[in-house]
Amino acid sequence: MSGSEQESTYRTTHGTIERVARESYGRLVAYLSSNTHDVGSAEDALSNALVAALETWPRDGVPQNPEAWLLTTARRSFIDLARHRQVAEASEPTLALLREESKDMTFSPQFPDERLKLLFVCAHPAIDPAMHTPLMLQTVLGLDAARIAHAFLISPTTMGQRLVRAKTKIRDGGIRFEIPQERALPQRLGAVLEAIYAAFGIGWDDMAGVDQSGRDLAEEAIWLARVLLQLMPQEAEVQGLLALMLHCEARRAARRGPDGRYMPLSEQDCQKWSLPLIEEAERHLREASSRSRTGRFQLEAAIQSVHAERARSGGIQWNAVMMFYDQLIRISPTLGTRTGYAAAVAEAKGAEAGLATLNAIDSDDISAYQPYWAVRAHLLQQLGKTSEALDAFDRAIGLTEDPAVRRFLLQRRG
Amino acid sequence: MQFALLIFEPPEAFAARNADENDPYLGAWRAYHKALVEADIFVGGSPLQPPETGTTVRLKDGKRRVQDGPFADTKEQLGGFTILELPSLDAALEWAARCPAASIGAVEVRPVSPEYLRRVTG
Repeated sequence: MSGSEQESTYRTTHGTIERVARESYGRLVAYLSSNTHDVGSAEDALSNALVAALETWPRDGVPQNPEAWLLTTARRSFIDLARHRQVAEASEPTLALLREESKDMTFSPQFPDERLKLLFVCAHPAIDPAMHTPLMLQTVLGLDAARIAHAFLISPTTMGQRLVRAKTKIRDGGIRFEIPQERALPQRLGAVLEAIYAAFGIGWDDMAGVDQSGRDLAEEAIWLARVLLQLMPQEAEVQGLLALMLHCEARRAARRGPDGRYMPLSEQDCQKWSLPLIEEAERHLREASSRSRTGRFQLEAAIQSVHAERARSGGIQWNAVMMFYDQLIRISPTLGTRTGYAAAVAEAKGAEAGLATLNAIDSDDISAYQPYWAVRAHLLQQLGKTSEALDAFDRAIGLTEDPAVRRFLLQRRG
Repeated sequence: MQFALLIFEPPEAFAARNADENDPYLGAWRAYHKALVEADIFVGGSPLQPPETGTTVRLKDGKRRVQDGPFADTKEQLGGFTILELPSLDAALEWAARCPAASIGAVEVRPVSPEYLRRVTG
C-alpha cells in the first residue's frame, strides 16, 4: 500500500470510529453501567476501547460489527478496572456478574438499549439539578468536561470535579437504573425534558452567530430529544419539546442580519427560515396535541408555531400568543413565562396593558433578569416615558452578555 | 464573599476613552455599572489610565530600577478592576461574562483573600 493510500484508509477508518462512537456512545455507557451503576468506570472502559480501535482498526480493518467489538473490548477493560478497585472494595458478586455477562456477550452482538434508564438516572431528584444537563451531555453523548464547562460558564477543573462527584453519588447512593413507575413518571420525565431543553438553551444563547461549540450543543439537544422520542413514542411532552426546539432551530439563519446585527423574532426575514424544520415541528406538535395531554413544552411549541405562521400569513396572531402564555403561566409561572406573557399582552392590547402586567410581577429575581428589563424599556419608550425608559434600557444593556444584543439595545436606547 | 474582576482591554478600548458621550463602549459600561449597583453587589473599583501612563519600579541588588510603561508587555492590558460581593464563583463568572470588556478583551475573576489580608493587617 502506498503512503497516500495508507493515509486515506486511516482517514476513512478514523471517520468510522468517530461515527460509531457518536451513535453508540450512550448505548454502550448505558448498557455497561446499568447493572453496576458505575458510570465513571463504564466511560473509562469505553474510552480505552476507543483507543484500542484507533490502534487496531486501521491495521486490521474495521470489524463486521463495530459496536459489538467496542462493547466486548470495553467489557474486558471494565472487568480489569473493577478488579483493580475490587482489591479495595471486595465486590466479588459484581465481578461474578460481569464475568457471567461477558460470556453471553460473545455469542450475541445484540444488547438492550438502556439509554432511557441512564437519562432518568442523570435527572434523578437525588442529584443536584444543576448537574442534570452536564451529566447527560457527558454520559449519553460523550462530550468532554472542558466543552461542557465552556457552555456552562464554569472552569473546566470545577466541572470535572462536579461530574465525578455526581457519578460517585450514582454509584454509591443507591440510585436505581429503572424507568420510574407510572405515578412518579410525569415528574421524573419532566426533569429529563428540562435538562435537555437547558442544553438547547445554552447552545442557543451561546451561538452568537460564530461560536461553533454553541451551535453543536443545540444540535446535540435535538439529537437527545429524538432519542427520547424513539424510546417513548407515546409521550406528548417529549414530542412537544422536540417541536419547540425544531421551531427555534428553523430560524437559525435569520437570527442575525447580514452585518451580524441581532434580529428580534418579529423582525426576522421569514424567507430565511427553514421550511422543512418548521413542517417537521408542526407535525410533531399536531401528533402531540392529538393525545390530549397538554403540557409546558407543547404550549411553548404552540407559541412558536403562531410566530411561524407569519411566513404564510404575514401577520402574528397576538391574541393566540397571549392565550397560550396564559395557559403556560398556570403550569409554569416562571419569570420568563410571565415576562413573555406581558410582552404578548402589550402587542395584543397595547403598551399600557403590557406595562401593567409587567408591574404585577413581584419578584426579587428581576434585578438580574435581562428580558424583563428589555421588555420594560421597550414599553416605556412606546409610552413616551423617556427617562424611565432610559433607566430600564441601561439595566437591560448592563445585564446583556451577547455583544450583538447589546449593540441592538444601545441603538434602541438612542 | 468578594471577587475582583480584573479587566484586560485591547488598545482600541483605551483609545475609546477619549470618544464622545455617544460611544457605544462607554454606554455599555454605564449600563453595566448601573446593573451592578442596582443588583447591590458593587463594592468598589475603578478604571485605570492607559498602560503607557504606568511606571514600574523594582529594587534589584539594592538598586532602584524604574521603567516606563506597564509591568507586562502584552496586547491586552489591565484597564481597571471591580470588586463585587457575591455568593459564589458561579455568580461572579456570570457577571464577568456580562462585562463589556469580555467580548473584546478578557476578564479575570479572582476571589479576594480576606485571610491573608488579616495576616497582613494583624
